Amino acid sequence: METELQSFIEKYDLLGCIQCGRCTGGCPVTVRTNLNVRRFVYDSLDEDILEELANLPEIWDCTACSTCAVRCPKGLKPLEVLIGLRGILVEGGRVQPTVRDALESVFREGNPWDKPRAARCDWMKDLDVRIAEPGEAVENLIFVCCTIVYDPKLQVIAQNLVRILNKAGVDFAFIGEDETCCGSEVHNLGEEGLFEMLVEDNTELLNSFNAKRMVTISPHCYTAFKNEHPDLKMEVVHYTQLVGELLEDKKLELTREVPQRIVFHDPCFLGKQNHVFDEPRYILGNIPGAELVEFDRCRERSLCCEGGGGKMWVETESTKERLSDTRVKDARALEAGILAVACPFCELTLDDSVKAKGFEEEMRVAEILEILGEAIED
Amino acid sequence: MNSKPKIGVYICHCGINVAKTVDVDEVTEFSSQLPYVKLARNYSYMCSDPGQNLIKDDIANEGLNRVVVASCSPRMHEPTFRKTLIEAGINPFFLEMANIREHCSWVHQDKEEATEKAKKLVAASVSKARLLEPLEEKEVEVEPASLVIGGGIAGIQAALDIANAGFKVYMVEKTPSIGGKMAQLDKTFPTLDCSACILTPKMVDVDAHPNIELLTYSQVEEISGYVGNFDVKVRKKARYVDMEKCTGCGLCAEECRLADRIPSEFDAGVGKRSGIYLPFPQAVPAKFTIDPERCLFLTRGKCGKSPKCVDVCTAEAIDFEQKDEFVEFKVGAVIVATGYDVFDASRKPEYGYDNYDNVLTGLEMERLVSASGPTGGSIALGEGEEAYVPKDIAFIKCVGSRDESVGNEYCSRVCCMYTAKLAHLVKEKIPEANVRIYYMDVRAFGKGFEEFYDRVRREGIRYIRGNPSEIFKRNGRLVVKVEDTLTATPLEDEVDLVVLAVGLEPRKDSREIIDLLRLSQSGDRFYLEAHPKLAPVDTATDGVFVAGCAQGPKDIPDSVAQAKGAASSALGLLASGRVKVEAQVSVVDEATCRGCAYCVEICPYGAIEMVNVNRMGHEVQVAQVNEVLCKGCGACVAGCFSGSIQQRSFKDRQILPQIAVLGVLR
Repeated sequence: METELQSFIEKYDLLGCIQCGRCTGGCPVTVRTNLNVRRFVYDSLDEDILEELANLPEIWDCTACSTCAVRCPKGLKPLEVLIGLRGILVEGGRVQPTVRDALESVFREGNPWDKPRAARCDWMKDLDVRIAEPGEAVENLIFVCCTIVYDPKLQVIAQNLVRILNKAGVDFAFIGEDETCCGSEVHNLGEEGLFEMLVEDNTELLNSFNAKRMVTISPHCYTAFKNEHPDLKMEVVHYTQLVGELLEDKKLELTREVPQRIVFHDPCFLGKQNHVFDEPRYILGNIPGAELVEFDRCRERSLCCEGGGGKMWVETESTKERLSDTRVKDARALEAGILAVACPFCELTLDDSVKAKGFEEEMRVAEILEILGEAIED
Repeated sequence: MNSKPKIGVYICHCGINVAKTVDVDEVTEFSSQLPYVKLARNYSYMCSDPGQNLIKDDIANEGLNRVVVASCSPRMHEPTFRKTLIEAGINPFFLEMANIREHCSWVHQDKEEATEKAKKLVAASVSKARLLEPLEEKEVEVEPASLVIGGGIAGIQAALDIANAGFKVYMVEKTPSIGGKMAQLDKTFPTLDCSACILTPKMVDVDAHPNIELLTYSQVEEISGYVGNFDVKVRKKARYVDMEKCTGCGLCAEECRLADRIPSEFDAGVGKRSGIYLPFPQAVPAKFTIDPERCLFLTRGKCGKSPKCVDVCTAEAIDFEQKDEFVEFKVGAVIVATGYDVFDASRKPEYGYDNYDNVLTGLEMERLVSASGPTGGSIALGEGEEAYVPKDIAFIKCVGSRDESVGNEYCSRVCCMYTAKLAHLVKEKIPEANVRIYYMDVRAFGKGFEEFYDRVRREGIRYIRGNPSEIFKRNGRLVVKVEDTLTATPLEDEVDLVVLAVGLEPRKDSREIIDLLRLSQSGDRFYLEAHPKLAPVDTATDGVFVAGCAQGPKDIPDSVAQAKGAASSALGLLASGRVKVEAQVSVVDEATCRGCAYCVEICPYGAIEMVNVNRMGHEVQVAQVNEVLCKGCGACVAGCFSGSIQQRSFKDRQILPQIAVLGVLR
């Protein structure tokens, strides 16, 4: 037990904490749940109660938005303590069936949605696209994301990217059926062993391609590959960075009007965690006829939609307003016709809220690639 | 003179610092057997008087002519033992030290191995000691004047102390007036003295002092030379106003077409100034300056039909033809008192400083509460009909301090108290206000600080323990997102005004002084003192001293105290009139030097120049070391292609045997 305790304290640098409260102060979910991440950092110093802490339901309320880590003045990552506690449950096989199923599905099929690997490329069956071959040179290797490939509502995101890249004359290829979950949510659910395996396998697979850079569509994949795959031998970018570049270099022209007032919702995994703030705005600002407005809580102060951190598989027990509801109400107050997102999870949570709030007449949630699809001519 | 070496070896226990890990008796016994060693002893503290007396007695009685002390780093006690040798009547450079503390006992645990290593270190030193040569320490005269860079409270105090002692002072200040940050403060903590009232008399003293030459709106361009003899070149920037003619009447600023349109630096941007301006009413000198980056005439070549300042100035002081001037002079000592920058709150975007007009920095609040400030001391926000008096006011501490996320790990030392002071002033002006201070620790370490903290709490200032994470807006009001960590309650407090207690940072232009004077920086990027405890105002460059916040965040009393310390150190140099220079310098062998001048390029002190010599009837160029400038760093020795440069006490034939004994060379 002694060594295990030391590893928990050391792993999360718990002794570095000065209990200033910036983590809990900034935590977006405190308005609707009992989660107090600072308390977990403090209480975890006691070796005997780690199990007890792991059994507190609020450890599953964390959305892994990382506000606590970004704000910490001592460089700690408080959310990782919660993930470490989740890990204790995962190791003991004591997690909700939904979580268990998602993790098993990643292990068996390479995606958390319980879909067959063989169906991973169904979204592209009407498209003429290139599948990368090991060793063959390719400028841009596209990593699509499990959520986008299987969700019929989201597949258009990837399909539009193909249209755009073809139109801009970009050299790109997909990974095909071998594309395997980036592990972002696996890590956030606490399955460290499976995550390490995915990192190893994906690093080997991706390095086998002779790619200059990898373009991710989901900010969750972006963060995972950019920050958690130290041996990956290629640059990792988010598609907004690539498309922004194409627009700047005039390789892509947006010719059709989208006469809407658009407000952009910064995904935590893109903005707060990786400081990609300007590119999505640059793209939206270039859409003819569109008027770009801003949330008061934008960029570094953006409000989390509660879509990450495994929340797709664990419901928060709270009667208080969802953050995604708050977000769409704010968008409505700005009289935005489009709530633009750059993340599949944001799209799902916010879209649910638009429906729940009955705003479907006035506004819609759209991924930037969906809007771009309307702004280009084939 | 260089008679047969008779070496005495002295092993120091350093209490248990050495003796705990190194078997000193065994090292002593081993040393006594080494060639040329006449005797070896060990003692608990060699640096103590009895320890030094051991050496002196042995020199007198045993005829020792070389001494090896095996103890701490030579950085600690080489000067001590050199003095011992002088007192015993032998050349101080016949001393060699073996560092068996920092290089051995402190970094090892195994006593047996450490003892073996200590033996090797001593043997190596012994092998060098017998090859040492006597050296002579030269002295140079000291120019009886000093340069003070920076005209804030630290520079002012240092300048006055030196000038009052009868020595000339050149004070160089970058901005149009001296006074620095202290002039911007309303009251000072914890005594609530009016900052300007205690500062301005000193500013006037500087201006009026016969021994002080004040160069404002000026910048040091070049400094060359060495301790006691620095050559300084200063650029006096063009003010476009004739200092002799300007009466300081201020008509020009009133009439300026840009009047009240340029953010005033003095008012931290809260107030506005003109294109021609006096930074603040009590500025010294009380002369106006034209801002060359804003002035319409200077930037566009046109200002209406004719510039209004020219029209109204009856003294005819405006001179758009004025050019920068250069002043050159010589000083013996330099004091760096360049101060600090306040932390740029934009670097903590989560606090919305760039987004909201009612999120202010401490310095902005300082100007807002000041009776001499742009609002005359009334804390009203908003403009015209929208103006309102804030009721709920929040202070956030540690903004940009103790925060790795912005690269500032240090505590800024003044924010706890200036926050308490500002909160007190706010409560005084708006008694019904609900004033709260969000904090993570209260550091009230100075004289009268804790008492002041007690006082403001009892005045009704709420201290809430939690460092806010975010500020956003809801229904037109600011929301402070924070946790009350004492009750573990996450809060979203709505307030009318947020004051960010921004910390202190090294100046953005601190590189300029580093390049001019070869200063070093500590981990916090402030200028590094020579020793944190025992040489707090000295720097690694002899004759250059540091004072005030340039060395690290500090409050006014500490800045003044350090300034007085720096002044007294500079005075020690100026008053003695002479200074010893390094004896262990480099020497060039003219016979083999091939004149490539690579050493000239390498030397960080500009101590080497090329000279013409006659070599067997041919005029050739060779390198020559200016022994006064040379610091003995050895870079030229290592760089010389022909091996023609040797450093005294570190000649190849002295150090190669030493290295060989260590087993590195054969």
